[in-house]
Amino acid sequence: MTQSVVVQVGQCGNQVGCRFWDLALREHAHVNKKGLYDEALSSFFRNVDTRKSDSRACGVGGRIQHLKARAVLVDMEEGVVNEILQGPLREVFDSTQLLTDVSGSGNNWAVGHMTYGSAYREQIVDKLRKAAEHCDCLQCFFLIHSMGGGTGSGLGTRVLSLLEEEFPEVCRIVTSIYPSAEDDVITSPYNSVLAMRELTEHADCVLPVENQSLVDIVNKIKQMSHSGKPGSVIKRDSAIISGRGGLSGPEKPFDAMNNIVANLLLNITSSARFEGSLNMDLNEIAMNLVPFPRLHYLVPSLTPLYTLADVSVPTRRLDQMFSDAFSKDHQLIRADPKHSLYLACALMVRGNVQVSDLRRNIERLKPSLPFVSWNQEGWKTGLCSVPPVGHSHSLLALANNTCVKPTFMELKERFTKLYRKKAHLHHYLHVEGMEQSFFSEAVDSLSSLIEEYNHLDATKRRLMPDAPRLPIAR
Amino acid sequence: MSVVTVQLGQCGNQVGHELFDVVCADAQDGQRKAYSTASCERFFHQTTHGADLVARAVLVDMEPKVINQSISRAAKSGRWRYGETSHFSQKQGSGNNWANGYCVHGPRHRDMVEELVRREVERCDRLAGLMAMMSVAGGTGSGVGTYVTQCLRDIYPSTFILNHLTWPYGTGEVIVQNYNSVLTLAHLYKLSDAIMVHENDTVHRICSQLLNIKHISFGDVNRVIAHQLGSVLQPALTADSHGVYSRNPLGELVSSLACHPEYKLLSVSTIPQMPSASIAYSTFSWPGLLKHLRQMLISNTKMEEGIDWQVRPTAGSERTSSLTAPSFNTSLANLLILRGKDVYSAETGAFEDPALYTSWLSSQEAFNLWKSPVPFNKYEKSATVVSNSQALLRPLDNIVGKAWNMFASRAYIHQYVKFGISEEDFLDSFTSLEQVISSYSQLC
Repeated sequence: MTQSVVVQVGQCGNQVGCRFWDLALREHAHVNKKGLYDEALSSFFRNVDTRKSDSRACGVGGRIQHLKARAVLVDMEEGVVNEILQGPLREVFDSTQLLTDVSGSGNNWAVGHMTYGSAYREQIVDKLRKAAEHCDCLQCFFLIHSMGGGTGSGLGTRVLSLLEEEFPEVCRIVTSIYPSAEDDVITSPYNSVLAMRELTEHADCVLPVENQSLVDIVNKIKQMSHSGKPGSVIKRDSAIISGRGGLSGPEKPFDAMNNIVANLLLNITSSARFEGSLNMDLNEIAMNLVPFPRLHYLVPSLTPLYTLADVSVPTRRLDQMFSDAFSKDHQLIRADPKHSLYLACALMVRGNVQVSDLRRNIERLKPSLPFVSWNQEGWKTGLCSVPPVGHSHSLLALANNTCVKPTFMELKERFTKLYRKKAHLHHYLHVEGMEQSFFSEAVDSLSSLIEEYNHLDATKRRLMPDAPRLPIAR
Repeated sequence: MSVVTVQLGQCGNQVGHELFDVVCADAQDGQRKAYSTASCERFFHQTTHGADLVARAVLVDMEPKVINQSISRAAKSGRWRYGETSHFSQKQGSGNNWANGYCVHGPRHRDMVEELVRREVERCDRLAGLMAMMSVAGGTGSGVGTYVTQCLRDIYPSTFILNHLTWPYGTGEVIVQNYNSVLTLAHLYKLSDAIMVHENDTVHRICSQLLNIKHISFGDVNRVIAHQLGSVLQPALTADSHGVYSRNPLGELVSSLACHPEYKLLSVSTIPQMPSASIAYSTFSWPGLLKHLRQMLISNTKMEEGIDWQVRPTAGSERTSSLTAPSFNTSLANLLILRGKDVYSAETGAFEDPALYTSWLSSQEAFNLWKSPVPFNKYEKSATVVSNSQALLRPLDNIVGKAWNMFASRAYIHQYVKFGISEEDFLDSFTSLEQVISSYSQLC
């Protein structure tokens, strides 16, 4: 069994991270009835006996003493991390896992990436190394951050390149929260584009998430639960936005949205943690979904969003779940994959679902989903027997699809609007180590990425002939 | 006498476990003593206490979950178990990457795996051969499996090695499955004595149409595969065994069927296959069973439903390449295995018809017959044909075609290059398989 380390950077990264740890504990508590520290738990938690003087980690198999998250928390201002340390999750983190400063990055990528990146390089590497050493077999780093601000975006991407440098063989899966168009941070386009270049070059996979999509999903669920229609009562604790049953108390404003992202991370790792008839490990995700190194942006979608409490509602639920995964309402970025081109698609199913159900639904949906000519059957599937809390089954779809192109193009447009006028540029250029070339190179990287997606899109309508086979002398 | 099985990867371990379950249950089913003894000797060894049956198997996987499951399920059955130290696993899988399995994990763990196999082999009074069970779609079964087969071939150059492969569903379980399949098949063709194949798609249809299973799970699929494999490998009386159960099953299988190095692909058809609840209410006759099985063979259907009775053997000169028109399935060689009541009265002449076979082998050499008077796995009468024929030609061609299309765009190649497999290696594998396809197409 392998372990993963979560690195949460910046305000958003830490808030999402916090929800992730809460829900992870809830999930394991649900499954692990005997209180034993098993392999599944060890993938994200260490078991420490604090009574012993050296607080060494206990191996798998014994009782749970004290769970510590395999995490590194980084923030350049103290507010969020302090809140975590005063909240119910304080026992899960060790002070050695935290790195904070006081003044923040002022929504400035350059401050995060250059100034703090250099100042804290040693310490960051040290903490990462410690976290890695606690692992028997480290498979993956999960980086959680936002793109629009200064710390998550700038320092986060600096951490990403440090991860590549120091741990080149460990997979890097980045969950990036992209700002919506109406973001209140004016310089978010600069920060996002500068960060995008780093993601394209240093990440193995990126799971882009847009705030606006999260808002839409939250509204949809709230609408559903308040509609008062008969048969529309949502089962307690089953909504993807619900954090109930976890350690934290009353919900804070962004909690609902952050819970969605936390559930995404739980579902992605479910097959690596729990058993199933067709396991899907984390290294298999990158292997199957990334046909070309730079095209590693995987659009996530989660279903179901909630379970209805009324059990007399007929079970077309399973097939409906598969259909929903491809609808644009369930995608975590604002995109419509059905009308763009699929390069590859992964379906991770949890719960009581058999391979025949999976196959039936793939057969059913395949005709309406355009796949690139050389990957007509580009499906990667995984079956994990343990369902998430509150559901009998669930599905996570990860699509490598050209529908990310409009998102990137919009981002580039917003960037260009500002850059043309050189608005706010001086804030960046004043930072030591920052040069104008960073901007031009970053936007070039984005442009060429968009171009690659364009190129693939162009093949969509054309019927590509099969490549002529090797001739054999008869 | 004894067969040592190496179970590789998730599929290999899951199917292997079902196989041991089937043969153990069948052997202990109040059967004739000679049959029981022969079967147990073939697949199990008994501990010094005498009570326990321990499978002659080595379990290999790069991550521990599946092996742990297989071992505990076997122990729970109470009838047999796996050896306590007969398994090898690591912490992290091969990531569906053949190159990772073949170039990294294989060599890294070579010594350990060889040691485990050596121990099992030494426990055998007489080794009939080795059987490696794996899938071709993933990373460990395919990559590590190929590497292990290579090592075993080096260490045991004169032992029979049978590779049992499970081919994945055509509509992906793994996106790079066609690459992994091509690399595996091309390499195994040079190393293995015979390659026996089951396709998930075909077995799935058997589950849904013959066994009437509504929600088919991988367990169901694996049990069908195990049943078919069991019907081949359980003790039988052969032409050379002189009235006792054959002591050289793998050797006789290989020499009857894989007589030419260009032709090593074997497929399996079994009749009857029905829901176990219905078996008691059914009666079977040898003529009926054999008639259906023969037609299944020549029309290349694996089920006794939906057989195309229009397909007939044509004269040699009229046969065309079978890639374009679905037609008659020409065989190189066939092995018919009959088990059950009144087996000596079964008339098998129809299988010796020269029209079924390629012209350069006489039907006496091409057709082989094994019999066992003991019913297999609750079926009063059952018949299996292991066939070296064009049955796998179209599926193989599909796999190579899809892989080639993907290769033309160089998609995913960087993932393989990262671990040491170059574009050259891919091209070599493609070339080998095109040769195999060509050879089988021209069989007439």
